[in-house]
Amino acid sequence: MKKLRYAGVLTAVALALTTTAGCGGEKVGAEKPAAGGKDCGTFNLTVSPWVGYEANAAVVAYVATKELGCKVVKKNLKEEIAWQGFSTGEVDVNLENWGHEDLKKKYITTDKVAVEAGSTGVKGVIGWYVPPWMAAKYPDITDWKNLNKYAAVFKTSESGGKGQLLDGDPSYVTNDEALVKNLALNYKVVQSGSETALIQAFRDAEKNKRPLLAYFYEPQWFFNEVKLVKIDLPAYKAGCDAVPAKIACDYPPYDLDKIVSKKFADSGSPAYDLVKNFQWTNEDQNTVARMIAVDKLTPDQAAEKWVKDNQSKVNAWLGK
Amino acid sequence: MTAQLEYPDIQDSDALLSVQGLWKVFGPKAQRVPRRPELAALDRTELYAKTGCTAAVRDLSFDVAPGEVFVVMGLSGSGKSTLVRCLTRLIEPTAGGLFFEGEDLRAADEKRLRALRRSKFSMVFQHFGLLPHRKVIDNVSYGLEIRGESKPDRRRRAQEVIDLVGLAGNEHLYPEQLSGGMQQRVGLARALANDPDVLLFDEPFSALDPLIRREMQTEVVRLHREVGKTMVFITHDLSEALKLGDRILLMRDGAAVQLGTGDELVGAPADDYVREFVRDVQRADVLTLRWIARRPRDGEPLDGPELGPDVLVREATRLVLEADRPVKVVSNGTLLGVIGDEEILAVVADN
Amino acid sequence: MAAITSDVEVEVRRPRRSVVVGVLLVVWVAAYFVLRGIDTLVLGGQETTPLHRWLTDHRDDVGQGNVFFEAIRIVVDHFVVLLQNVISQPSFDRPVPVIGWLGVVAISAYCAWAFGNWKVAVLTAAGLGFVGLQGLWQESMDTLALTVAAVLLSLLFAIPLGIWAGLSNRAFRVATLVLDLMQTLPTFVYLAPLTLFFAIGPAAATIATLIYAAPPAVRLTAHAIRSVPPESVEAARSLGSTRGQTLLKVLLPMSRSTVVVGINQTIMAALSMVTVAALIDAPGLGQTVLKALQTLDVGVAFNAGLAIVVIAIVLDRVTTAAGDRPWRTASLRRKVLLGAGALAVLVAVWFSRTYVWAAEFPSDANVGSRIAVVATDVTNWVQDVFGGFTYGVRDAVTIGLLNPLEALLTGSPWWLVSAVVVALAAVLGGWRGAVPAAVCLVLLVATGVWQDSMVTLASTLLATVVVVAVGLALGVWSGRNRRVDTWIRPVLDAGQTMPPFVYLVPFLALFGTSRFTAIAAAVVFAVPVTTKIVADGIKAVPVATVEAANSVGSSAWQVISKVQLPVARRAITLAVNQGLIYVLSMVVVGGLVGAGALGYDVAAGFAQSELYGKGLAAGLAIVLLGVMLDRITQAAARRTQNFQNRGDMR
Repeated sequence: MKKLRYAGVLTAVALALTTTAGCGGEKVGAEKPAAGGKDCGTFNLTVSPWVGYEANAAVVAYVATKELGCKVVKKNLKEEIAWQGFSTGEVDVNLENWGHEDLKKKYITTDKVAVEAGSTGVKGVIGWYVPPWMAAKYPDITDWKNLNKYAAVFKTSESGGKGQLLDGDPSYVTNDEALVKNLALNYKVVQSGSETALIQAFRDAEKNKRPLLAYFYEPQWFFNEVKLVKIDLPAYKAGCDAVPAKIACDYPPYDLDKIVSKKFADSGSPAYDLVKNFQWTNEDQNTVARMIAVDKLTPDQAAEKWVKDNQSKVNAWLGK
Repeated sequence: MTAQLEYPDIQDSDALLSVQGLWKVFGPKAQRVPRRPELAALDRTELYAKTGCTAAVRDLSFDVAPGEVFVVMGLSGSGKSTLVRCLTRLIEPTAGGLFFEGEDLRAADEKRLRALRRSKFSMVFQHFGLLPHRKVIDNVSYGLEIRGESKPDRRRRAQEVIDLVGLAGNEHLYPEQLSGGMQQRVGLARALANDPDVLLFDEPFSALDPLIRREMQTEVVRLHREVGKTMVFITHDLSEALKLGDRILLMRDGAAVQLGTGDELVGAPADDYVREFVRDVQRADVLTLRWIARRPRDGEPLDGPELGPDVLVREATRLVLEADRPVKVVSNGTLLGVIGDEEILAVVADN
Repeated sequence: MAAITSDVEVEVRRPRRSVVVGVLLVVWVAAYFVLRGIDTLVLGGQETTPLHRWLTDHRDDVGQGNVFFEAIRIVVDHFVVLLQNVISQPSFDRPVPVIGWLGVVAISAYCAWAFGNWKVAVLTAAGLGFVGLQGLWQESMDTLALTVAAVLLSLLFAIPLGIWAGLSNRAFRVATLVLDLMQTLPTFVYLAPLTLFFAIGPAAATIATLIYAAPPAVRLTAHAIRSVPPESVEAARSLGSTRGQTLLKVLLPMSRSTVVVGINQTIMAALSMVTVAALIDAPGLGQTVLKALQTLDVGVAFNAGLAIVVIAIVLDRVTTAAGDRPWRTASLRRKVLLGAGALAVLVAVWFSRTYVWAAEFPSDANVGSRIAVVATDVTNWVQDVFGGFTYGVRDAVTIGLLNPLEALLTGSPWWLVSAVVVALAAVLGGWRGAVPAAVCLVLLVATGVWQDSMVTLASTLLATVVVVAVGLALGVWSGRNRRVDTWIRPVLDAGQTMPPFVYLVPFLALFGTSRFTAIAAAVVFAVPVTTKIVADGIKAVPVATVEAANSVGSSAWQVISKVQLPVARRAITLAVNQGLIYVLSMVVVGGLVGAGALGYDVAAGFAQSELYGKGLAAGLAIVLLGVMLDRITQAAARRTQNFQNRGDMR
């Protein structure tokens, strides 16, 4: 054993010597690092855990870096944590906020550490969905009034004899328990617990023709893979969701907006103007999201590709 | 059950170590047991049933003279290991007095106690208690190290005792590389290194093979001759006790059963327990003529050979049997008694 | 001999106890049919109790603007960033870290050799090289930096605490309780509040990891100090050592190898937190895993998970080798070689600072994407082949076992469940079981999430039974057969350190979103540790005892059931206990795949501010369930192994 140890070290030393003698190769620092922007500076961008958001972040970060010379620090955070970040100075920009009136009240109105920076142009839809094969086989299923008729179809080991309504990531506020009760549906809300579980469930349902009724939302990259069909709940009217326990109507349409820290808004950075002007469509976001999720491009590559094809939109954001 | 003190003539004032009414009780509220006579009188099972306490040492008193080898003997569970730990307060006694060179050990504070342990007492353990991460020489010099002696000093002294116990050549080995007997020599050397007045042995050889054990016993006898330390020696082995001990304290259930020399224990057992204990001893090897001499009968010839009272029966056998008349046992010109064939044969044939 | 006597005791006692338990259960079921639906303390998903709202309102009271926390944050943050600058992130105006990959590999291998042996040094170099080939060098170094920071900081207070708990009985009892709490309290519960104290990012991630990782080091340090042979301590005292001298010269050196085992466990725990910490922006492999999961990309997640496993195995083997090193100090020859090695390392570091090829890991090989493709293919194949059959298994188990058990627990009035549990605890474990059970049950009711707790309890019990059964079988097998052991160890290591998030997706595909899926995930996570402990216990049975059993003509089964298992009973108790804790620590992950109940409550509390209080209460409920089950099993075990303490008395 000692001999081996000896041999090992000797080879290591020999290796080192030979490489020194015959080595070449590029030296560290020979290539100049990319020139850092001076007037833009650095900003912290939170990245929420869904691909649509990542598309927003990819494009804004790409444009800010390439066109304005900013340094963008991306932070992968859950929404709640990101909001906390406004008060500690850890987060400057949130590029896709889904409602969160309570948090807006706390951080914008009360604490005054964040401000709104306008709509992203993307429309958010929340609702109940079924896989396309079900909509084809049971055409009337998309009307909520017929749901009780199909309750037995949706029965699973988890739903205790009723139909199963699968809910998603605990980050989202849902009214589903109230809806089931107030619409007198013979269903039980089962928590899947994560977006991953929800998507896997839909994927499996479509592939193996298993029945599934679940909470879902658009825009979502998964729609590129499976075109889920939305159930029509009683139409949303302003104020019908005022009392959480009494809700008996569909979810409101969400105008997804941007939130920035007060500090960032007051900094006069050109990046703030970019963030404020950033606006695109569901279609745009889906395009970039698909490149990231399905084609496996890095966010930067996807953004580069999209920017090349949509230079005019980018110019508008930059005020050119 | 009282200790028989008349034989080896040690005066109280001479005692190096003196133990008076010592108690060690384990269990809840242990102090009450020695204090309350009705509890102190209970036997082992009754005491446990009533108080949940166990008395490992109960009301022991004895003195150890300078240079003496004092053996404490008993079966396992008799409290002898607890007793030896109480002597230096490794285990805190529950009650009683403890005096070393007239100093009250129980009153000594932590610092004084440490000073005493560093220079006056040393202990050798059954399972050696060596430090596996130190070489032999560092184990031996541990006691010197903690009392702050310089490295060359302690190396020198450690080397001396290593040579003394016959470990020379093994200084730089680790304990795990030594046999059990050798390891115990390390334990012995460590104990000798700080030149203590009293050596305490807690069944030091019971974990060793019989041959090694005998060798080590001889070693202790030799050391005692050479360095002349006072020794308190715990053992459960009667032959070891008889071989080493000037005096033997026999314990049972924490209490003293008998205290005396080896031949006293064999020749005059205090009770049936002791008698049973010493039954298988080669009496001829232990008893001296003092124990079997009898008054001369009327008309017996008193012109036989003379022997001293401390001659072992075994040594006297041939002479007595060859003599055609009784042998006289004489001490300082006084006739203590005579011994004839039948007395000798009674002892020798008994085995 | 002791084992035999105890067997006799048990033989006499067992029927009586089992009869009592049986009667209790029958009474419970009968009462359930009469009382079902009364006092079941239901609480809807979005509903909260006043306690929950109070907790939500007071969430921010401690943390904000506190100079003390800020100071801690700055120190920790600088420490982590420093490590990152050294090995992973471009720093000090250079496009590369201070030390490039060649330097890191050289230093790591050298340390492995110096503290362990040359075999683990080779393993270290190979492992790090593999991670680089996976295309995950920088992520791995970030993870390594964070792990090293968290482990060093946790040792900073874990070892002194462990020493204290080792020396004082009272401290030991308190420590055990607190550590149980730290290990069972789901990380999610303190993840969000921690970001309030310590802001988002590496500092908070390090501190979260540290809280989770410190307990094993404390436990094992205490254990090590306690198991130093008393004679060595006595010998030191008898020579007049002060307390300090005894500690420094005897206790600490002699407990070295066990303390190293503690450090090893701490490292493993820290690595298992990598993915969870990524939720608050901890850099490294955890990010890769989470990102991949957003698009259900099992291949990429597996690739990153594999890198974590490789790092874990390297660190595990190196620390184990370091702990096993004999006492002997280095020979002269080794010293010379170490010197030469150090020189070679310096050369490698210089290279890694000078040349690009030694600084940035070459990206040509790209083994990672091939691993990802294979993993995806295998997953798809498994899903296609077993897909139909697995749903059947799920439904059978759920309807046959889980639903009745859950109905019994959730449908009975809370006071009935409590009474039965306390009675069972009293029968099995005496007052030592009954009193803690009663206290925990009362507190469970107070948390307001009683029904969710009962749902979780049902799944936990089922999962634990499966874990113990599988763990015993595997553990006995590998404990008796050295070859099996060699093969099974790496698999177990992988099962223990592979982030559960990675195998959630295939499990979801196989079993859908259900409680069964959560149980399956918990079983995969908890079986390795149970198996390891049982195997070690079986191996520790003295050879002479087994030989004695064989010499009287016992069959293999008799040897196992009458000798090895009873003698290894202490290890098995520990295995059950740890299996339980591991199952409970997966409750939150289970909540992500459809287990609902407490796990979902905790996750929701992390995600929605208005549910924070409920999440905290649910987290506490998980701890209470853990403490309760733990105390009952411990007390029951103590009853059947009274004899073991006899020898310890003097």
